[in-house]
Amino acid sequence: MQLRTPISHIRGLGSAKEGLGHWTMQRLTAIANVVLIAWFLISAMSLAGADYQETRAWLASPISAGLMLLLIASAFYHAKLGLQVVIEDYVHHEGLKIAALIAVTLATIGLGVISAVAVLKTSIAG
Amino acid sequence: MAKVDRPLSPHLQIYRWYLTMALSILHRASGVGLSVGLIFLTWWLVALAGGDESFARVEWWKDSFLGWLFLFGMTLALTYHLANGIRHLVWDLGYGFEPEVAKNSGIAVLAFAGAATLLIWLVILIAG
Repeated sequence: MQLRTPISHIRGLGSAKEGLGHWTMQRLTAIANVVLIAWFLISAMSLAGADYQETRAWLASPISAGLMLLLIASAFYHAKLGLQVVIEDYVHHEGLKIAALIAVTLATIGLGVISAVAVLKTSIAG
Repeated sequence: MAKVDRPLSPHLQIYRWYLTMALSILHRASGVGLSVGLIFLTWWLVALAGGDESFARVEWWKDSFLGWLFLFGMTLALTYHLANGIRHLVWDLGYGFEPEVAKNSGIAVLAFAGAATLLIWLVILIAG
């Protein structure tokens, strides 16, 4: 299915330069999030009352660690895309808008990487 | 550029609020709120990797009233955004645009968010 107009297809651009890519990735991460968040909520319930060692052992298992890494990637990406749209809609001062977009991009990448390293550290140390 | 006083089309505050409109802005608000919640997820994962002491600090905050209020709000935002996100995905497929259907699916989303949040916290409070 071709959703772009012929001219934008030839140029490889939408009106916002990357509109279709944004839309597609927002939906893709949304679908991934449905599964991963359901797993996360069930896990949170099963961890109620667990102490430090038990919680650590849970995250250390390859399945939990793997799903948590996927959740981090999908959730932070989804948050970045969503916050971007909110900023583009409500921040009208061009300079402030660009500053906010840069801040959101860097913050989501930064926190995402820190979260992922934390999961890997827990998982590898066991 | 000189500012010209052109006639404006009716703006948001002139319309009577109705359910689907409120749910639409609530999807954004919950999404922004959940982005803040991701900071807590990072803190929790870093504390878990850090050791007993750092984890105890998160646990202490989690068990404080402010921490509970925050996490309860996050649960509500998450279950709402999750259910309403699925509603949006169904719209993307081209279904459910009839006013009556859109209203009822909105009510279903609210009911799910409320029930799921209560269930999750009931389990946590009983087990914890």
